[in-house]
Amino acid sequence: MSDSATVADHNPALQHHFADMEQQQQAATMGMWVFLITEIMFFGGMFLAYMVYRYMYYAAFVAGSQAMDFWYGTINTIVLICSSLTMALAVRASQVGQRKALVALLIVTMLFGCAFMGIKAIEYTGHWRDHQFPGASFHFEGPDPQHIEIFFSLYWAMTGFHALHMLIGIVVVGFITFYAWRGRYGPDYHNPVENVGLYWHFVDIVWIYLYPLLYLISHKHTG
Amino acid sequence: MSAHVVPKKTYITVWGILMILTVVTALVSRIDLGHLSAIVALAIATGKALLVVLFFMGVKYINQKMTIVVIVAGIFWLAILMVLSMADYGTRLWS
Repeated sequence: MSDSATVADHNPALQHHFADMEQQQQAATMGMWVFLITEIMFFGGMFLAYMVYRYMYYAAFVAGSQAMDFWYGTINTIVLICSSLTMALAVRASQVGQRKALVALLIVTMLFGCAFMGIKAIEYTGHWRDHQFPGASFHFEGPDPQHIEIFFSLYWAMTGFHALHMLIGIVVVGFITFYAWRGRYGPDYHNPVENVGLYWHFVDIVWIYLYPLLYLISHKHTG
Repeated sequence: MSAHVVPKKTYITVWGILMILTVVTALVSRIDLGHLSAIVALAIATGKALLVVLFFMGVKYINQKMTIVVIVAGIFWLAILMVLSMADYGTRLWS
């Protein structure tokens, strides 16, 4: 009978294969990090390709980087850092059980995410219009256009996959916002909020590296 | 069970430092540091990433060692990928 009493007492959010809420929480955090490691592997390959080609064709990479818009890149970096702050505060709100603050902060985080995507869309439109998309219609004035095309291939692949991650992040935050509004999360159970926060910050870190590598290759230094 | 709740002030301070570092890296890119510029840019980016990982992602407050092992192993794997590959490609032109 004592067993059934324990079952009746347990937190409704506790899955039966965990001993207690703390173990469930730690398993969720570690599982999320294992997933993020696979994401590091995914982006790591592209970062390696960038490093190798940049080392081989430095002058072409400087020329390609100078075709980037400094302000779009900088403003988007600031937007993402602000979104990370609101996401960190959202996770905190879920930990202390402030439902309204949690919902509001998640919505602000999504708005920052949408602002990032909007600026990126404007930027992509310009690059597309200027024939800076790799392929048959690629065109770049100046020496060594075929190696500048490598720079743009990496630019589109890396920022494109980053933008795809942003899009997925916005959708997932949307679901979490809905459940938060329904009052599912509180001091005892908020693993989904913490995990979507980890994902969001990871995507922010990818951009923290993309920004100097793509937009800031020394404007003065021409190799 | 209760999660470690970090004061709001800590998050806002970290955000402030991240903003300052973003401005610094943007300004430094306008100065000719020669080949040092890439190292400076990557060092600042790594500093920013470290702040995000430790505070926003809460790694500083994780008390389960196994999770730390997973994270360190992942970063170590990335270091193997980068260092060994560049040790190859970076030295091919040496005579």
